[in-house]
Amino acid sequence: MGKKNLVSINDFTREEIIKITELAARFEADPHQQVLAGKVIASLFFEPSTRTRLSFESAINHLGGRVIGFSEVSNTSLSKGETFHDTITTISNYCDMIVMRHYIEGAARYAGEISRVPVVNAGDGANQHPSQTLLDLYSIKKTQGRLDDINITMIGDLKYGRTVHSLLQALSHFNPTFTFVAPDELKMPEEYKRFLDSKGIPYTETREILPAINDADIVYMTRVQRERFSDPMEYERMKNVYVLKNDMLQGTKPNMRILHPLPRVGEIDPDVDSNPKAYYFQQTENGVYTRMAIISYLLGVVK
Amino acid sequence: MEQKFEVRAIENGTVIDHLPSDSLFKIIYLLGLENDTHRMTFGNNLESKRMGTKAIIKITDRFCQQDEINRIALFAPMASVNIIRDFKVVEKRQVEVPRTIEGFVKCANPKCITNVEPVKTSFTVQETDGEISLVCKYCEKTTHQDNMKLVK
Ligand SMILES: [Zn+2]
Repeated sequence: MGKKNLVSINDFTREEIIKITELAARFEADPHQQVLAGKVIASLFFEPSTRTRLSFESAINHLGGRVIGFSEVSNTSLSKGETFHDTITTISNYCDMIVMRHYIEGAARYAGEISRVPVVNAGDGANQHPSQTLLDLYSIKKTQGRLDDINITMIGDLKYGRTVHSLLQALSHFNPTFTFVAPDELKMPEEYKRFLDSKGIPYTETREILPAINDADIVYMTRVQRERFSDPMEYERMKNVYVLKNDMLQGTKPNMRILHPLPRVGEIDPDVDSNPKAYYFQQTENGVYTRMAIISYLLGVVK
Repeated sequence: MEQKFEVRAIENGTVIDHLPSDSLFKIIYLLGLENDTHRMTFGNNLESKRMGTKAIIKITDRFCQQDEINRIALFAPMASVNIIRDFKVVEKRQVEVPRTIEGFVKCANPKCITNVEPVKTSFTVQETDGEISLVCKYCEKTTHQDNMKLVK
């Protein structure tokens, strides 16, 4: 296999997505396989994201790899005006892989073109965050026993939320049924609905959480962020409409599980946490196994 | 007399007709005519039965290639391109919408790396209902026709 990057979820085929979920399950069963022994992986966080960085670095450390890098740019030569091109060219000579997060959209795709070693995108602005999508898929597979024919309800900010867009693209390989719950201001964009139409994938749109969650296998919650609203009054009204509460779960299916990319603000009431259908904390643990799978697969150290 | 001047024939070269009036200067740039030393004639805001007003470009002794002509599709998909030899139209070339566009056009997303670092733009071209839009290879955002600006 030549050098392969993971920049966008669209870089992986259906078969590769399935492969990653299988590898993640193997790492979950035995998280201390030393398959990255002797490897040096650069963790370049041009924009801070403690949660994502620690998840990647935990995955690398568990598998015996070593991490170099930075968690923000203030101490690097970048703050002295070095171009992004030169930074990536130089660092790719020091390591076996680059994991990077950047506030500029498309930075990871560009890095993948320059770098000698594989590049994993850990988020580029509002664009892609494919390891999040793959851990969402692994969580779906683990809780439902399959990826095919999933009935999924997405709730909250469906307009700007990159996680729901990437998950929609990835699930399109697996014959899903979508329900979108959002205020008019934050509806799923037309381009994604056209994409579903072109693939013959069914979806319905509604403004109410109930009864939209009652047929769901997966309920995917997102944050409704204050800065998306021009009118602060409108935000105050919306944020209380799109809150999931425990008593709303009464009519839901026994196999239903609630996912959320975290951190949450107020959109899942804490009284949901003790419900067995709440899965968002296990979901973060799945992130470590999924990142083990992604890194090992791209480095070609596992079969 | 006026009309005759507008359509005066050239002996050899390329005539690009039926350009929207507001596209002329973009197309001059797209074809690199600013630095071209061939003799050329531009007409703009000419009367057109089909279009209301139109622009026309005649370039003496330069025979535009298909890939150059396809760039015109971004701004003037209805343009007609005639290759002239000995005052006769020897070839009518169709403007075809290219599958990809490298350079020339800016990504409309200000947060895109191509607008921050010196990275050449690259797009896949989408055509829906006769509207052309460009999907950026880097930021994956869509630049619509009414938003297309040329790289300076
Ligand atoms: Zn772009």
